Amino acid sequence: MATPDDRRYSDEHEWALFDGSIVTVGVTQFATDSLGDVVYVDLPEVGAKVAQFDKFGEIESVKAVSDLFSPIGGTIVEVNSDLMTMSEKVNQDPYSVGWLIKVEASDAASQLSKLMDATAYDALIAEE
Amino acid sequence: MKAPFPGEIDRRLLNERSVSGRIGLQLQELDVPEQPLPDARLLRSIEARLPEVSQPEVVRYFTTLSAMNFSIDTNFYPLGSCTMKHNPKVNEEMAFLPGMASIHPNQPDETVQGALQLIWELQQDLGEITGLPGVCLGPLAGAQGEYSGLMIARAYFQDRGDANRTVALMPDSAHGTNPASAAMAGLEVVTVPSDSEGNVDVEALRGLVDERTCVFMLTLPSTLGLFEPNILEITNIVHEAGGLVYADGANLNALLGIVKLGDLGFDIAHSNLHKTFSTPHGGGGPGAGPVLVSETLAPYLPTPVVVRDADTYRFGAPDKTVGRVNGFHGSFGVLVRAYAYIRAIGAEGMREVSENAIINANYIRTALAGEFGIAADRVCMHECVLSPQAQKAKGVSALDISKRLIDYGIHPPTMYFPLIVPEALMVEPTETETKDTLDRFIAVMRQINKEIDSDPDLLHDAPHDTPNTRLDEANAARHPYLRWQPDEDLTAVG
Repeated sequence: MATPDDRRYSDEHEWALFDGSIVTVGVTQFATDSLGDVVYVDLPEVGAKVAQFDKFGEIESVKAVSDLFSPIGGTIVEVNSDLMTMSEKVNQDPYSVGWLIKVEASDAASQLSKLMDATAYDALIAEE
Repeated sequence: MKAPFPGEIDRRLLNERSVSGRIGLQLQELDVPEQPLPDARLLRSIEARLPEVSQPEVVRYFTTLSAMNFSIDTNFYPLGSCTMKHNPKVNEEMAFLPGMASIHPNQPDETVQGALQLIWELQQDLGEITGLPGVCLGPLAGAQGEYSGLMIARAYFQDRGDANRTVALMPDSAHGTNPASAAMAGLEVVTVPSDSEGNVDVEALRGLVDERTCVFMLTLPSTLGLFEPNILEITNIVHEAGGLVYADGANLNALLGIVKLGDLGFDIAHSNLHKTFSTPHGGGGPGAGPVLVSETLAPYLPTPVVVRDADTYRFGAPDKTVGRVNGFHGSFGVLVRAYAYIRAIGAEGMREVSENAIINANYIRTALAGEFGIAADRVCMHECVLSPQAQKAKGVSALDISKRLIDYGIHPPTMYFPLIVPEALMVEPTETETKDTLDRFIAVMRQINKEIDSDPDLLHDAPHDTPNTRLDEANAARHPYLRWQPDEDLTAVG
């Protein structure tokens, strides 16, 4: 699957899709390919705050448990509760139905500048 | 595996079967002087909520649980890296001898000379088998052996005024305990990549060692079940940079009587007695993970070790010991079993153990490589790692195959490890299985491969015939439903 060019990426293999001040966050295809089948996603409560690049949850696959790091800081306004019972959605399409959280960011523009575009991210994963 | 008994299994906990006033045992009349109760603040305020049940109820409860257990005594158990070999029953008899089972760790040394002699001789035997003569049997499991070994490495460098050596290198195929133990020991973990053949990438290692290298931790054979062909070069590279080389002994079952870790340049190792030396495991313990070191590092071993003075034995502390790793002297009952195993098999038998373990694994590898794919298609050691990616493409995962094996009465192999192998199924048959058992395993795997095409849901929903069918394992671990709740009185103690 091609890396969507409508969003930004972190070097921890998370994506951030900006829609005004609301930013949707998920993991990349590269991340799900490395993790294997996802069996559990531990997400924060709505209303919790997260700083950019800080841990906000855990993703457990058949192989291992990994920390999730938010590419964007702000207040969590929505979590993908479907994943509680259907964690396989993360594998099915990490860029749409497999989204993780929505964050309201106060300074979206300056945070955005610290993230990679699709071309830069593709170059990063080509090295790994 | 069918449910162990006809009819529904009574799943009530013992406490849930309790009926007030029901008794299972009549105590004898008191024949010793009555003692006063301790201080009132140490006493419970309400009676203990112990189950009140009859003796047959207790017997049935535990017998049913034991019959539901899936164990090496009931089924083939090719759980890779765990060496689930048969546990000879004579070992149990030895461990239960009164002189072994009824002694106390605080007894004076002169009253337990036989037990101390056993510990000393086991130290000698393990030193001989591994070529690492400094041995402490104290660590209670492999991970504690790793931690002890890394503390020894740190103490050694600090003692030499070389305290900046704080990096632990390890391959990307390492057991998860390796980085965990290194982090616990205060070391920084740096990963060394594997090459396309599954070996340590020697050039990458050369580029990563420097004056900060404390240890390189390596499992031999590797977790891919492969011998490192460049092992001598690897240990040389680390030594030339001033570092030490640590052997994760989990896979020692492939090396017995064939090659010694010390001769290959390893400085420190641990041995999982519960794997290689046939002591029971898989039920959560107890294990034993003795730490083994070169003569140079022996002064840093944990305390106590058993020392021989002419004809007597005593507990002693090595000169520069890193200290105690547990309250007493290790899992003594496990040590007795390992000792009995080593003595029964002897030096020639040791080599045969490994040779047969290797032959058995290669028999399975050659039979199944074509249908299931293999991580590295060359002669393996005591285990082989299948990689059923073609099956995954058809929508059946390594997990599904593993669960279906249970329906055929076979314990699943180790799954999804090593991490570098897609859909890994790590199969370790051990030397104690007959050709008949191996042939049946191969036939079952082929049958399952046919089911993937004819009825994939048979795999998706497996296991079918067990008391519990497919579990949501992640949720069961993260949100356990605990039926038994403690008394308020207990939670209030503080």
